[in-house]
Amino acid sequence: MFDLDALASCLSASACLVNQATSGLIIGMLLFLVASGVTLIFGVLHVINFAHGSFYMVGAYLAYTTYVVTGNYFLAALVGGVGAGITGILFERLIISRVYGQNLLMQLLVCYAFILIVDDLVKIIWGAEYLAMGIPAEFRLPPLRFAGGFIPPFYLFLVGVAVAIGLGSVLLVTKTRFGKIVRAAALNAPMVSALGIRVNVYFALLFGFGCALAGVAGALAAPVRSLTPGMGLGILVESFIVTVIGGMGSIPGAFLAAIILGLTRSIGSVGFPLFVDGAMFMIMALVLIFRPTGLLGQGAVR
Amino acid sequence: MKKSHSSPRRGLDRRTVLKGAAAAAAVGTGITGFPAYLKAANTPIKIGVPTILSGRVAILGESSVAAIKNEVRKINEAGGIEGRTLEPVFRDSRGKPDEAARMTRDLVNNEGCEIIIDAEASGASFAVNEVVRDMKQYCIHTNSETSSLTADPKNQVDWVFRGCRQGIHDAVGGGLVAAKVVKEKGLKKWATISPDYAYGRANTEEFMEYVKLFAPETEVITETWPKLFQPDYTENVTALLNAQPEVLYSCLWGGDLVAFFDQASLYGLFDQFTAFAVNLGDYPVLTAIKSRPAGVYSGSRYHKDIPDTPENEAWYESYMANADVLPTNWAWQNAAAINFIAEALKKTGGNTDTMKMAEATSGLTINSPFGVDGTLTIREEDHTLVNYMVGYSKTIVNEPYVVNFDQTAWSEIYKHEAEWKKRNGYA
Repeated sequence: MFDLDALASCLSASACLVNQATSGLIIGMLLFLVASGVTLIFGVLHVINFAHGSFYMVGAYLAYTTYVVTGNYFLAALVGGVGAGITGILFERLIISRVYGQNLLMQLLVCYAFILIVDDLVKIIWGAEYLAMGIPAEFRLPPLRFAGGFIPPFYLFLVGVAVAIGLGSVLLVTKTRFGKIVRAAALNAPMVSALGIRVNVYFALLFGFGCALAGVAGALAAPVRSLTPGMGLGILVESFIVTVIGGMGSIPGAFLAAIILGLTRSIGSVGFPLFVDGAMFMIMALVLIFRPTGLLGQGAVR
Repeated sequence: MKKSHSSPRRGLDRRTVLKGAAAAAAVGTGITGFPAYLKAANTPIKIGVPTILSGRVAILGESSVAAIKNEVRKINEAGGIEGRTLEPVFRDSRGKPDEAARMTRDLVNNEGCEIIIDAEASGASFAVNEVVRDMKQYCIHTNSETSSLTADPKNQVDWVFRGCRQGIHDAVGGGLVAAKVVKEKGLKKWATISPDYAYGRANTEEFMEYVKLFAPETEVITETWPKLFQPDYTENVTALLNAQPEVLYSCLWGGDLVAFFDQASLYGLFDQFTAFAVNLGDYPVLTAIKSRPAGVYSGSRYHKDIPDTPENEAWYESYMANADVLPTNWAWQNAAAINFIAEALKKTGGNTDTMKMAEATSGLTINSPFGVDGTLTIREEDHTLVNYMVGYSKTIVNEPYVVNFDQTAWSEIYKHEAEWKKRNGYA
C-alpha cells in the first residue's frame, strides 16, 4: 500500500517536489473557495448548507453558457459567481429559511430535495451530455518549467484568484459594516433587529455571498473539469471534510485545511496511492477526536 | 377529520361499482378462457427497460432510450410483429441495484411487460439477472460489459442473454493492438490511470494481462487510481509526469475521461507518452474534449465509420434524425437488442412465452449494421454477443475524430477467450 521508495525519491527530486506542491495548491484552492462558502454560512446562520455543491454546478454551467456566447472567460467567471449568488439568495429566502431552527434531518431533506431538483433542471436546460468549456485562448500556453517541474499558467491564475477572493472574504466579514452587522446578528438577531436593521436581508445576502463563492469556484474550474448534472456532489463531500478540519465557521481554518488536504492528495498519490481518500478521512477523524472544534474553530460544537 | 368521515361518498360509490364491474369482467374472461394470444392480439408487446436516466452517466441511459425508441418506431411503422406493435416502458433506477431489481419486478407484475431489456450498468445488472432468473422472465442485458455476467456458469440463466460487449473481448483486442504498437516503437514502461472501483480495476488488469502476454518485456512502473467521478486529476497527472512512463493506459470513461484529458493537456502529457484509452471512442466524449490530442489510441465504442458500411451510415443518420443526444456504445447495443427481440418474436410467431423466446434467441444470427460482415450472433454456448466490432483507432483533432481502425479478428478473440475461460474455471 505504501510506496516509501517512490515518496523518498520524489521528496529528494526538485521536479517532483515542484509538481506535487503546485498540484496540492491547485486542488486545495478550488476546495477552499467552495468550503469557505460552507463555513461562512454555518458560522453566521448555524445552518449546514448540504446543497452547496449545487451552487458550484450552477456557477459552472452559467459560466459555460456565458463563455460560449461571449467568448470572454473573465465575464463568464463573473456571471457564474453572480448567478450562483442570486440562486443562493432565492434558495435562502424561499426554501431554507423556512427550516432554520428545525432539526438537522429536516434541513438535510430540504437540501437533498433541492439538489435533485437543480440536477434535473440542469439536465433539462443543458442536457445530460458532459460539456467542457476548454481552456480559454488566453491560457493556451505551454506549461512553465520551474526547477524541472511543470506549472500550467492557467493554474497560476486560478490560485491567484482563489487567494484574492479568500482574503476579500475575510476582510468583508471582519472589517466592513456589512460584516459587523452580520456577525452581531449571528450572536443576537433580535437585538440587532431591534436597532432597526432588517436582519433577514443581511442573512439572505450572506447566504448568497457564500453560494457565490461556490459559483465562482465552479466557473473557475469549468475549463478543466467536465460539466455534468450531479457534478456538485463530489466537491461537496471534500468541502465538508475541509470545513470540519479547519473548524466550522473559520475562513482561515478552511484555507489551512484546504492546503493540508491538497498536499495530502498530491503527496499521497506518489507515496500511498491506494490510501489517498483514506488519509483524508483519517485526518478528519483525528481532528474530530483531538480537536473537535477544528484546527482554527472557536465556537461550541453543535 | 370528522367532517370527512361524515361527508357524502357518492363519488367513491361510483368508483367502487366501476371497479367491481372491471373485476367481474376480468374474472369473466378468465373463466371463459379465451386463448391468451387472442386476448393479446391487438395489444402492444410491452418491453420493460430499467436504466440510468439521472446523474453523471444519464447520457448513456438517454442514448439507450433514444436508440430503443428509434428501432421500435421503425418496426411499428413496418406493421409491427404479427400485427402487434412494440411498446417500450422505461424506468430510471439511477443505477442503484435495489431500485433496478424493484423496478424490474414492477415492470413485469404491474406494467404487464412481457420482455425485459436490462439497460443497467454492471452493478445493477447482476441484481436484475437474479430477478429475471427468479421470475422466469426472458431478458437481454444490453450494457454490462463485466465478463463474468455471462461467462461464469453460476450467473448463466437459460432465458437470459447478453446483447453487448464483453470485457474480455476488448481486452484481447486491446492487448493485441497495444503489443503491436509498443513492439514497433520499442516501448516497455507502462503507467495506468483508471477509476478505483470494480470495473476500473478488472478492466485494467485484463488489458495489462494481455499486453504482457503479447509483449512479454512490458513493465508497469506506476498505477494511479482516481476515484469514480473525482473532479480533479491534477495529482494523478503530476504523479504520471514524475514516473515518466513511455506508454499510458486508461479506462476512465464519460465525463471523467473528458476532465482528465483537458487537465492532462495543460501539462502537455499527451506530447510526452503514447496513450491508450479504451473508452475514448464514444461521440459525447470525443466532442466534449476541447483540447483533443491527436494520436491517442482509442477503443472501439460506436462510430459511424466503424464498420465503414452504408448500413451503419444509414443507422447513424436515422438515429441522429430522431434522437436529441449523441449515439454512444450503449445506443448501438440497445438497438441491436431490439433487433434480436424482433427477430426472435418473428420466429415464435409473436408468442412471448419465456422458453419459446429463449429457444428462438439462443444461437440467433441477425443482419446488423454493427456486426463484422453485417451480422451479429448471440452465441448458443454462453448466451453472449459475438462478431461485433473490436479494435482500436487513432484520434485526430477534427471530424471524424478517429481514423485507422485496427480490427481484431474474432478467430484470435475466440482462441484467447477459451484459454481465459479455462484459467478462470468457467469452461
